[in-house]
Amino acid sequence: MNIIVCLKQVPDTESQIKIGPDGASIMTDDVKWVMNPYDEYGVEEALRLKEKHGGEVTVVGLGPKRVTESIRTALAMGADKGILVSDEALDGSDALGTAKAIAAAIKDLEADIIFTGQRGVDDDQGLVGAAIAELLNIPQLSLIVKVEVAEDGKTVKVDRPIEGETLVIESSLPALITAQKGLNEPRYASLPGIMKAKKKPLAEKSLGDLGLDAAEFGVGARKLKILELIPPPSRKAGIIVPGDTPQDKAAALAKLLHDEAKVL
Amino acid sequence: MAQGVWTIAEQRDGAIRKITYEIVSEGRRLADALGQELTVILLGSNIKDKAAELGQYGADKVLVCDDPKLEPYTTDAYVSVISGLVKAGDPAILLVGASVEGKDLSSRLAARLDVGMAQDCTAFAVEDGNLVATRPIYAGKAYARVSFENSFPQMAAARPKVMEMNEPDASKSAEVIDADFSLDDGDLKTKVLEVLKDESGKVDLTEADKIVSGGRGMKGPENYKILEDLADLIGASIGASRSAVDAGWRPHTDQVGQTGKVVSPNLYVACGISGAIQHLAGMSTSKVIVAINKDEDAPIFQKADYGVVGDLFDVVPALTEEVKKYL
Ligand SMILES: Cc1cc2nc3c(=O)[nH]c(=O)nc-3n(C[C@H](O)[C@H](O)[C@H](O)COP(=O)(O)OP(=O)(O)OC[C@H]3O[C@@H](n4cnc5c(N)ncnc54)[C@H](O)[C@@H]3O)c2cc1C
Ligand SMILES: Nc1ncnc2c1ncn2[C@@H]1O[C@H](COP(=O)(O)O)[C@@H](O)[C@H]1O
Repeated sequence: MNIIVCLKQVPDTESQIKIGPDGASIMTDDVKWVMNPYDEYGVEEALRLKEKHGGEVTVVGLGPKRVTESIRTALAMGADKGILVSDEALDGSDALGTAKAIAAAIKDLEADIIFTGQRGVDDDQGLVGAAIAELLNIPQLSLIVKVEVAEDGKTVKVDRPIEGETLVIESSLPALITAQKGLNEPRYASLPGIMKAKKKPLAEKSLGDLGLDAAEFGVGARKLKILELIPPPSRKAGIIVPGDTPQDKAAALAKLLHDEAKVL
Repeated sequence: MAQGVWTIAEQRDGAIRKITYEIVSEGRRLADALGQELTVILLGSNIKDKAAELGQYGADKVLVCDDPKLEPYTTDAYVSVISGLVKAGDPAILLVGASVEGKDLSSRLAARLDVGMAQDCTAFAVEDGNLVATRPIYAGKAYARVSFENSFPQMAAARPKVMEMNEPDASKSAEVIDADFSLDDGDLKTKVLEVLKDESGKVDLTEADKIVSGGRGMKGPENYKILEDLADLIGASIGASRSAVDAGWRPHTDQVGQTGKVVSPNLYVACGISGAIQHLAGMSTSKVIVAINKDEDAPIFQKADYGVVGDLFDVVPALTEEVKKYL
């Protein structure tokens, strides 16, 4: 099987987010960059499918040079090759732009399955996977927690939890799957894995290499325009419910929830 | 020129889902702000009789696509039909619910229409005749105000349980129109083989009005019984922190947070949860937050409207007794 995993680099979830002086982007000085957590599930699932069915796993990341580190992490986990799509003209692209460049980078790889994360924990959009699938004209299976590829490698059966039920869906391959928590427990890179990763092939592609026109990418080409970033709405300060005993506190809380908050 | 506000209804097994009323209500407000009509698209099988009542929430027209191939929902069938309707109707705004189905549909539809898309928004406004959407980013550590550039329809999805629902007005009814559409079987590459119902019988966390959540402080799976007793009484669903899920105490579907569900109930009760940033990401748009924790310095108290410092094994059963007085 030929499996591709798209991998986005995002600020570590512990990072403080500070709005930059332009009011429309964040300050990145103190940010620690990591692989999007949902992409770790994609890498892991790809490796498991390879272990079962054979084949090759290619990871693709789009962004500045630092994305190489996350690609190396995936290679150390066991992926076979990496592609870094990197071009200054891509800076600030929206989901459509990002997807166009990624689709161009992978369209000739004859993938059976493409994994993306269900959403990036930076912009929390969750759009790039579907847009890649659209551009490659293949089905998408989103928010998936279980993947079973048929023996003949022609179809896939997935579990997709929705509100109150789980759908078991069958799709033809190739297909794009967006990974949700619950799919698996991602492995850690082993020391020998890290050593081996250094020698694995990692190709870098610019927009020019992909035959794409820089004018169609970047901030200028965005269809979704960021007007401004604002701090989260502040919640009004809460209170500590008074009382000497747990019973007193519980009684006071129940009364507040009924009389003041009106939720009981 | 693109004209009118459209929303996409969500139904399951022939029943309209609540998120539909939320976005129809919000769509009404946007349509009023623009002085334009609100049209709802309704897809399904044997669904036409559910269309007119959408007028009670503010729909002027409902475009119905009734076809056995449109039940159950599949991405390919729905995107194929709706993209055709949207291209023909040319609305200015297209509003969707950010439910599991709505996210799947809207992400693909935006790509098919080649338009910008704002996912999981918490507020909308019309400014200078254009849609401005507000959406949490970085798990709610910041909010982005976004608009659309040469991109019609302006497409956005609303986070469930955030948009205020209109009081239904029984005297109103929408004009029901059979939509002109075609669906080629050959286009369909996916099929729903089976539907496994959730056994718990609880409302999904993303739709729950109340949630009682337990974290590592619960000390073991058996102790969730005390949360269930409270939850059953007040009609709440059970949530969990990632620590509790990763310990195997609760299923993945119960996890609230950055890598779990994003929830906005009227009441969120966090028991034995410290309030890690990744957990807060999933519940900070809740209307009323209660924290029960024995550590008075736990970060969850910074977000809580009502904090109880105490041992949850004493406080929760006592609370269960006390709320009975108000039911
Ligand atoms: C990439 C990433 C994604 C993550 N995503 C999520 C996510 O989606 N959701 C999530 O929840 N976490 C997530 N986390 C984990 C998060 O960082 C925390 O580790 C986790 O939320 C802690 O869970 P907890 O509050 O239950 O446990 P703890 O932090 O251990 O807190 C337990 C609390 O219980 C209290 N307590 C103990 N005993 C009692 C008692 N008897 N009575 C009252 N209080 C008591 C303690 O005072 C303490 O405050 C993520 C982490 C990473 C790195
Ligand atoms: N710049 C990128 N490089 C590689 N993959 C990406 C990139 N942006 C998004 N993706 C993929 O798309 C998923 C969803 O991202 P998003 O649509 O940005 O929320 C991510 O989890 C990745 O798998």
